[in-house]
Amino acid sequence: MNNIKLLFFATLRDRAGTKSMDLEIPEDLTIQGLKDKLARDFPNLAQSMSSVIVTINREYAFDEAVVPPSAEIALFPPVSGG
Amino acid sequence: MLPELSHEEILRYSRHLLIPEVGLDGQRKLKNSSVLVIGTGGLGSPVALYLAAAGVGRIGLVDYDVVDATNLQRQVIHGASTVGQLKVESARAKMLDLNADIQVDVYNEPFTSENAMRIARDYDVLIDGTDNFPTRYLSNDVAVFLGKPNVYGSIFRFDGQVSVFDARRGPCYRCLFPEPPPPGLVPTCAEGGVLGVLPGTIGTLQATEALKLLLGVGDPLIGKLLLYNALDMSFDFVTLKKNPKCRVCGPNADIHELIDYEEFCGVPGHDHEDGSAGADWDIEAPKLAAALSLDPSLFLLDVREPHELQISALPRALNIPLGQLASRLSELDSAREMVVFCKAGTRSARALELLVSAGFKKVKNLKGGINAWARDVDPTLPIY
Repeated sequence: MNNIKLLFFATLRDRAGTKSMDLEIPEDLTIQGLKDKLARDFPNLAQSMSSVIVTINREYAFDEAVVPPSAEIALFPPVSGG
Repeated sequence: MLPELSHEEILRYSRHLLIPEVGLDGQRKLKNSSVLVIGTGGLGSPVALYLAAAGVGRIGLVDYDVVDATNLQRQVIHGASTVGQLKVESARAKMLDLNADIQVDVYNEPFTSENAMRIARDYDVLIDGTDNFPTRYLSNDVAVFLGKPNVYGSIFRFDGQVSVFDARRGPCYRCLFPEPPPPGLVPTCAEGGVLGVLPGTIGTLQATEALKLLLGVGDPLIGKLLLYNALDMSFDFVTLKKNPKCRVCGPNADIHELIDYEEFCGVPGHDHEDGSAGADWDIEAPKLAAALSLDPSLFLLDVREPHELQISALPRALNIPLGQLASRLSELDSAREMVVFCKAGTRSARALELLVSAGFKKVKNLKGGINAWARDVDPTLPIY
């Protein structure tokens, strides 16, 4: 298993109910797999997972990327105001 | 050939001329430059003011709105004396008061797929200061197709984002967000609010990036996204990459001209009040007043946040914030007639969709929300 740290930003904090959490995920899970897992485990986040910036150790990650061991994963929602 | 500066201009820009990175040549470059500011609201206000003060020779403003009282908490280019005036005219007057040596071209029209290429074509840099997703995707695609940098800024409550999207040198907005969020998921500032100073912070960063691009100095935020949170006073930087599957700037791009962005995003290209659920579902405030006088027990559902009830409220309404509605449907009786409301009708329209999809049939949306009620039925309530 892989122990990662999840960070939530902006409106995702309200939806997740926390700024950060530690999470145990299967090894070789992709970002898409992680999004699917979060959507299943945290129904309040489900809708948000289709349009979200995910970073691995502060670098933008595409859906196919594999979550490396002990990674810090941050999730940023789009905002539209101006 | 760069334009010369007059003695008056040399005096005015003295503090720029003293910086080696600007100097006389840099100031002449600015005088020779042009920037299009899309949106003259919270972000557009500081952007337009500072670019005017800095001596950018030609500044374009696109907006079709008029100044209203709720703008003044953050849109500092406008004033109490210009409430009711066109935003582009209000902004132009303030900019020319600050600096009469520049040219301000105004486009009092919505920025759309029909006019965007024509308007943006002659500018060096675009600034995305819009307040909605359709116009953000539009601004991005215009910049990609015209090969220009798009200085992006976006805000909500205490959070801001800034980047420079230049598809020739890095990723574009669509590389980050290939798909728009589901309609209604991301609240607008009219629904969720925004700290007044936040667009000041983000807009001045956008103006800074625009000046750096025009001068050719420093490292612009190309390939980097700045994420600001005012509560934590945190500035986080994320390294971005070009998306190989990007539909406008990737190697296999399949979008080569502007599309229908309202259809793409499923929401209107403006952040406006007076939400409607459609004529079949709406009830106007005076009609609701009449219905309540016949049947005072008519069930009212208020889907605003609890702190909004301190501003205005309707007696006997049950408060379930929109975000909790899906998990609290068991508190409601689907057999009973019900009128749903919020501040201005947008959130309640979404609540209505949720209720109808859950099998509720006797539901109506108070058109224009409690603000319409305050305007048309009970003037003792404030409008917010």
